[in-house]
Amino acid sequence: MLETIIILIKVWAVLIALVSGAAIMTWVERKESAVMQDRLGANRADILGFRVIGLFQPLADGLKMFFKEDFIPDRADKFLHTLAPILAFFPALVTFAVIPFGDVLKIGDLVIPLQIAKLNIGYLYLLAFGGLAVYGTVLAGYSSNNKYSLLGGLRAAAQMISYEVCLGLTLIGLIMVYSTLQLDKIVQQQGELLFGFLPVWGIFLQPLGFLLFFPAAIAETKRVPFDLPEGESEIIGYYTEYSGMRFGLFYFAEFVEIIVLAALVSTLFFGGYQVPYLYADGFSFPWGGHWVLPNLIIVLLQLASFGLKIAFFCWLQVLIRWTLPRFRYDQLMRLCWVGILPLAILNILLTGLILLLIKP
Amino acid sequence: MNFVPILIFLGAAAAVVFAALLTNRLLAPHKPNPAKLTTYECGEEPVGSPWIRFNTRFYVIALIFIVFDVEVLFLFPWAVNLKQMGMFAWVEMAVFIAILSIGLAYVWAKRDLEWIKPKPGWVKSKD
Amino acid sequence: MIELLSQAAFWLFIIVTVGSAVVVVFHKRVIYSAFALLFTFFGVAGLYVFLAADFLAASQVLIYVGGILTLIIFGVFVTAKIYTMTIPQQTHQRFLALIPVLVIAGVLMYVLFTADWKVIDHPNQPTTARLGKLLLTTYLVPFEVASVLLLAALIGAMRLARPREEDHEQ
Repeated sequence: MLETIIILIKVWAVLIALVSGAAIMTWVERKESAVMQDRLGANRADILGFRVIGLFQPLADGLKMFFKEDFIPDRADKFLHTLAPILAFFPALVTFAVIPFGDVLKIGDLVIPLQIAKLNIGYLYLLAFGGLAVYGTVLAGYSSNNKYSLLGGLRAAAQMISYEVCLGLTLIGLIMVYSTLQLDKIVQQQGELLFGFLPVWGIFLQPLGFLLFFPAAIAETKRVPFDLPEGESEIIGYYTEYSGMRFGLFYFAEFVEIIVLAALVSTLFFGGYQVPYLYADGFSFPWGGHWVLPNLIIVLLQLASFGLKIAFFCWLQVLIRWTLPRFRYDQLMRLCWVGILPLAILNILLTGLILLLIKP
Repeated sequence: MNFVPILIFLGAAAAVVFAALLTNRLLAPHKPNPAKLTTYECGEEPVGSPWIRFNTRFYVIALIFIVFDVEVLFLFPWAVNLKQMGMFAWVEMAVFIAILSIGLAYVWAKRDLEWIKPKPGWVKSKD
Repeated sequence: MIELLSQAAFWLFIIVTVGSAVVVVFHKRVIYSAFALLFTFFGVAGLYVFLAADFLAASQVLIYVGGILTLIIFGVFVTAKIYTMTIPQQTHQRFLALIPVLVIAGVLMYVLFTADWKVIDHPNQPTTARLGKLLLTTYLVPFEVASVLLLAALIGAMRLARPREEDHEQ
């Protein structure tokens, strides 16, 4: 019973964090673009005259979604039209279940792992559920009965399946290094040190892997410079015929994906919740010196470290989105199949060779 | 029982999605009119069915995707074991990858991956 | 509590699998059948999870839900007029059809009642590493042959699916 309650609390906390994080990301996106373009940006929403640099904007946006009329066009397929946003949003949320956000929290005799589920196929689970998002776009395109939507949906699907292969291949190298698919084990191994001072983060062992993985993952989330399926400024995308909360789900899914991607990149390549030189009992520096800390402080430090890393990669993604121009569709496909894919295969073979050669 | 938390998470996520849709349905007005309900195609009257026959290139991409998806899936169990199993396992997988790379080279050489613009002569109107 | 939840989930997966399979067979519009297949595949993956075959469950979702189904749906999209077409649902040759139905049902029942079902207390998890070891030792030849098969499938499928010039002239 206690076990179930703990699981429920963790699930609740993660969902709240994800959804509110996504809401804040909508503000970050607008504010960061405003700063980059020398505008004041979203700062109109106020509560009793307080504006707090526009932080009430996501609140107003969210409320607006609830009160907007949600209508289905005449010619649309009503059932599939409703199913599509659910299929787009749901996978984005559930992928977070295997990402560890801390080591263990000890309360008395209770040891609580700070992760929803220690799944030993961790990364495969992520890939499998990430792949489900394709159906959201295809269904939205199909059921809207709109030429542009259908074209956008098909393009999105072709793009997403192509980059799904890349997401798998670019990560094989990292899995070879850590010999596991389980994300919490990968993070645990990243707590160790290389040459006595360098944390064994994925980025140091798999630099090429990271350089290939990150763009492939951004392409999978369909954001600029890979936003051809929606192309909000000129091409009309697969959710043209959506309004109200069903549009909101599509819109929100994108921001949840940003956070999940940031969390995933920091988990795989930047040590996840690990703080360099922080171990289960406190700091232990390579130049000598120990600093014993209680478990609660360590957990808080780990959460803060993970949060900071996520915030950094969210910021980076927004920066990329407002810096780069959009690819053309043929360039996008070429980048995947004859750019990232052969390099990923090369990375796999080289990593294997190096691993076997340096093995004692 | 590692997947029970996952099931709970799936259930909770589904609940969030449905709660959002339901609240919207309860709070939002519902006043449809013909103009609102037409398909939005840049403000023009929609002409014809959107369900035209699409470029077969999408299908070609999906075909290539499946082959490489299967390859990726074979790579995962191998990658987990490589450190233990040594050079022999590496050679085995190198052969496997080499054979499939022939496939990639083939589709590349045959320009199946190129998203070429249709030549002007290709698209002819019916009249 | 946890026991109860997993029992409920087990039955839920069965209902989803069978229910959506019925939709696949009986729905008049091919696109609905295709999307119902999504839930069938997913339900089957859930059942694999209950068999403690975690790698198999993930591959089921990855290959069938992510791959084969996309291919089917793309196939629908690139085939002219197939979306609006309703598929004939009348039954012809009822008596002839009954024979294979009975034979298959008989075989399935026979297997169901005579097979030696083993219940394992401690599932052999994680399965991924074990599968990899077996693939690279005992089943090495089938594994390498699989790559040749995939290559042949790829080249053959490309040959058939490649857009031809006359298609564009229609």
